[in-house]
Amino acid sequence: MISVNNIQVIFGKGTPLQKQALNGVDLTIEQGSFVTVIGSNGAGKSTLLGVLAGDVLPSAGQVTIGKTDVTRKGTAARAGLVARVFQDPLTGSCGALSIEENLALAAKRGEARGLVAALGPKRREHFRARIAELNLGLENRMGDRMDLLSGGQRQAVSLVMATLAGSEVLLLDEHTAALDPGMAEFVMNLTQKIVSERKLTTMMVTHSMRQALDYGHRTIMLHGGEIVLDVAGDSRKELQVEDLIAMFRRIRGQTLDDDALLIG
Amino acid sequence: MSLIAFWGAVELGLVYAFVAVGVFLAFRVLDFPDLTVDGSFPLGAAVTAVLIIAGVNPWLAACVAMVAGAAAGIVTAMLNVRFKILNLLASILTMIALFSVNLRVMGKPNVALINADTMLSPFYGLGLRDFYVRPLFIGVLVVIAVIVVWRFLESDAGLAMRATGANARMARAQGVDTNRQIYLGMAISNALVAFGGALFAQTNGFADVTSGVGTIVVGLAAVIIGETLLGARGILIALIGCVLGSILYRIAIQLALSTDMLGLQASDLNFVTAALVTFALVLPRLRRGGAA
Repeated sequence: MISVNNIQVIFGKGTPLQKQALNGVDLTIEQGSFVTVIGSNGAGKSTLLGVLAGDVLPSAGQVTIGKTDVTRKGTAARAGLVARVFQDPLTGSCGALSIEENLALAAKRGEARGLVAALGPKRREHFRARIAELNLGLENRMGDRMDLLSGGQRQAVSLVMATLAGSEVLLLDEHTAALDPGMAEFVMNLTQKIVSERKLTTMMVTHSMRQALDYGHRTIMLHGGEIVLDVAGDSRKELQVEDLIAMFRRIRGQTLDDDALLIG
Repeated sequence: MSLIAFWGAVELGLVYAFVAVGVFLAFRVLDFPDLTVDGSFPLGAAVTAVLIIAGVNPWLAACVAMVAGAAAGIVTAMLNVRFKILNLLASILTMIALFSVNLRVMGKPNVALINADTMLSPFYGLGLRDFYVRPLFIGVLVVIAVIVVWRFLESDAGLAMRATGANARMARAQGVDTNRQIYLGMAISNALVAFGGALFAQTNGFADVTSGVGTIVVGLAAVIIGETLLGARGILIALIGCVLGSILYRIAIQLALSTDMLGLQASDLNFVTAALVTFALVLPRLRRGGAA
């Protein structure tokens, strides 16, 4: 479960460039729920994800993940609760390490790391089996450096990495935005499969309204650092991308000039 | 080159193999350009020499030297992590400060260890000639160090350190405290370098405050020569490359200086070093077929 209470995030406080990135956001995501988040550039969706991941510490408010108050905890300190896939495939995995070394690193997320060999025979076999499930043929390339893989392959491996160690929440940060349409679909299907199989509490930030409505149980829209739309259940099922755009226009009180929202 | 000169070069190469492995940890694993080594190498030598003269067991003296080196590394790490000073500059500050520290430790610029017991003393006079004993003894220590560092870098803890250097953001997302890894890595790196200094003092019979000048270049030269020769094929190969590079570097220097034909003298050492490192850096490019 994720609970966010009255979060305030201000960048560049006291400077002429001061920006209120999040303004009193309240949000509760139930255990096992899959929430998609949309909003234009600068709406605060990446900041919200950063607040949950620990990259951004709020100036006021409270963040609870599971039963733990993580408001003041940095990224590394709360990594045991948070699994994450980044937008940039290069960020989410380590190019200089092999596929299996990346998996070994992820398997110990949030745990103490000792002097035991990172790649014992048992772990190797386990990692191989998990990668084989992707059907990408990567199980025969476990010793290859990660930077030899394509962006889509890296995101697929990143998804497996996110599920190797237990976590309270899965954060997806526009994780298909950098991929070609075919690979994006593959990664989305994989995401769907993993999330439903493991009943993960998931928050996915996306630029695509299509994705936001097609996947998950609930959609929220951010604008100007506030939640301006929160739909779930039947009202969400009936919602079309066009409705979302119309709603977006009404809320903004101006014409929609951000093409990025229409794509997909 | 005489037999004694050859084994002397191998011996010095093995001593500096500790420096090379330390430099590899900082530059390659942590991606931290660390010049502290120019200070931590003579620090190790100074601490060892002073303690041995005070009657301390030479093995214990070498261990204390490692602790001193680790402390120097931690100072550099702190300047960088805690006070946000650029890594290169942080290490230069520590290096400069260590020059004074080393003078304080020794009380004078130079301490001689004549007739003092060293780690090697028990092994002299066992039938093997001295110029074989030294490289053999140090070689065994190098093998142990390489195995320990190799196993560490392939453990869960070592993987966290490698991820810190390669992709810090990803490492943090995986729960790795990257700041702690920098402290730890710099401590290990400079402890190894200081141990090299301790061995240098014990095999050469003196500690000198100026013996650290250019240590970083020598260490880097060894790392680069190793990489050029063996390529990037895993941690163990890279570490073996460091040792091999360090030995070959010394032999190359010895060859260059002992060949009358070239007309070089000892004072040309730094130039030869620079030329050699440049050559090692350019070679992979040339092999790939022309400049990029």
